[in-house]
Amino acid sequence: MAGKTLYDKLWDAHVVRCDDNDTCLIYIDRHLVHEVTSPQAFEGLRLAGRKPWRVDSVVATPDHNVPTTGQSAGVAGIADPIARIQVATLEQNVHEFGITFFPMNDPRQGIVHVVGPEEGATLPGMTVVCGDSHTSTHGAFGALAHGIGTSEVEHVLATQCLVQKKMKNMLVSVDGPVGPGVTAKDIVLAIIGRIGTAGGTGHAIEFGGQAIRDLSVEGRMTVCNMAIEAGARAGMVAVDEKTIDYFRGRPFAPKGELWEQAAAAWQELVSDSDASFDTVVRIDAASIQPQVTWGTSPEMVVAITDTVPDPASESDEVKADGMRRALEYMGLDAGMNISDIPVDKVFIGSCTNSRIEDLREAAAVAKGRTVAATVKQALVVPGSGLVKKQAEEEGLDKIFTEAGFEWREPGCSMCLAMNADRLEAGERCASTSNRNFEGRQGQGGRTHLVSPAMAAAAAIKGHFTDVRELQNI
Amino acid sequence: MEKFEKMTAIVAPLDRSNVDTDAIIPKQFLKSIQRSGFGPNAFDEWRYLDHGEPGMDNSQRPINPDFVLNQPRYQGAHILLTRKNFGCGSSREHAPWALLDYGFKVIIAPSFADIFFNNCFKNGILPIVLDEAKVDQLFKEVEASEGYQLTVDLSAQLITTASGEAIAFEVDAFRKHCLLNGLDDIGLTLQHVDAIKAYETRRQAEAPWLFS
Repeated sequence: MAGKTLYDKLWDAHVVRCDDNDTCLIYIDRHLVHEVTSPQAFEGLRLAGRKPWRVDSVVATPDHNVPTTGQSAGVAGIADPIARIQVATLEQNVHEFGITFFPMNDPRQGIVHVVGPEEGATLPGMTVVCGDSHTSTHGAFGALAHGIGTSEVEHVLATQCLVQKKMKNMLVSVDGPVGPGVTAKDIVLAIIGRIGTAGGTGHAIEFGGQAIRDLSVEGRMTVCNMAIEAGARAGMVAVDEKTIDYFRGRPFAPKGELWEQAAAAWQELVSDSDASFDTVVRIDAASIQPQVTWGTSPEMVVAITDTVPDPASESDEVKADGMRRALEYMGLDAGMNISDIPVDKVFIGSCTNSRIEDLREAAAVAKGRTVAATVKQALVVPGSGLVKKQAEEEGLDKIFTEAGFEWREPGCSMCLAMNADRLEAGERCASTSNRNFEGRQGQGGRTHLVSPAMAAAAAIKGHFTDVRELQNI
Repeated sequence: MEKFEKMTAIVAPLDRSNVDTDAIIPKQFLKSIQRSGFGPNAFDEWRYLDHGEPGMDNSQRPINPDFVLNQPRYQGAHILLTRKNFGCGSSREHAPWALLDYGFKVIIAPSFADIFFNNCFKNGILPIVLDEAKVDQLFKEVEASEGYQLTVDLSAQLITTASGEAIAFEVDAFRKHCLLNGLDDIGLTLQHVDAIKAYETRRQAEAPWLFS
């Protein structure tokens, strides 16, 4: 009998029952909740007179709407009245149902996908869901984690289960080591460039290979975070010593004898050597350069050393049409050098790249340099209050502010611009976030996705730059 | 959830691939704590010439005449025809809520993003996957003939064109059953309370740290 993949093991451990059509109920261990996709779910529970099945499995924090200045004023300090109602509604709901909650002025508050692992609320081997597509982030720890819609948020609250069919297994193996100056973000953008935004549809992707094993757990989170940008609801990485060490001593992690028992079980969370995958993609890590997206879909990505692609050389007419539309929206001409594209704003943050390692990487580039005079705004938004605190202890905030960056308070911020941080029409942004869709960062705004180091380099130079030149590589 | 059985309706063509949920309903409208009322802001940035915000009187806003859904011939459409990977990006269920509130009950495309596809069924929308050649053919027919309609019969799993061509489609048996009967997933799952409790007892013995 063939061995099991990591996904097979996680799936099998969570099946409650299946019908004869292979539609199954799978059990959910951890449910993360934020303010945007939960109000209608709580309302549904109330209308049906239902209670959460296992209230201790739920952890909530506001992130999408929170302002990144003046958070000490709490909910009352949110200027936008509609956003304020939404955050206040979350507060009412968590109190009514007795859910663990990190409110706006709690140091543990932050982007839900940063907070979950940081608190040890996410653990290896768990099933983790959240009403947010970037829940795939948590797969970095050998968990089965994916985004769900609001109906499913209500379903998990009420039943602790999800109705699902098993997905297919896909392995993306990034073989060999990456070159100097190439980061987790560059790896995942290169993967999406290769397989496309629908490449992983219907699959759970396991990321493997030396380049993935070499990454820190934070880097693996960046890669799994963007699995959804490759069409896969779930991305994951096998457990190793780095994974287990990460959770030692975290508030929600098991302690004492339970820790020993858990850590031993987690060692098994790897694909068997004889496991078979439905789809296998191999990428030579050495071929990956620092990446920059040029269009309005994450698959529209090239290396910093490249030029903007030409739709005329695309044989698929629907695709060529999409490229033309993207170039028009982005205000770019085919053939121009990526490194000649100027930027108006820079955003370092989001659930993709707002952890301490990301901030260190950007600060190393910013240190002793100055944001270009042509850059209107360069924001650094830490992923959580604890990331912010640690960065300040390391003096990173000073490096950023001395270079001309703004040092903000935690939240989703300009990744999706639900709060006041946004692009104006026509503004061009070097962003460490995950989506370069039309209007994502503000109506008419133009987003280029890059790594934190590349974003810092663009801020310093005023245009995209091969960060390796600033790093003397 | 409303039952879905059979319908005949005008088809609107949205000739783009990778239409994301940010485009279907922009972020500023996600601040609502309701499930309804998103229809006037479906495709807001494509549909209007100004910048939309919650609370605006949408009937007074300048319409983008170039956006296909604004063309008089597609008014009253309940079937949306589009290209591959429809609904990619964010998991926001506000996207199917907006499409349903706009009037779409059926979406036909060569492929859908997983989360969006799933969210459709939870709200009584039927997403239908047809191969690219068939979708291409339907685009040509819709554009060639004003008032073009299709009949969609879920129980027979058949689309019928005005000329009488029958096109079969696949749908998951469980989802079909739920749509046809307008069933609430939660109610169905709660029929298996004993299985869930038995799982918890077993799992707690195997992995007690998950319950501590």
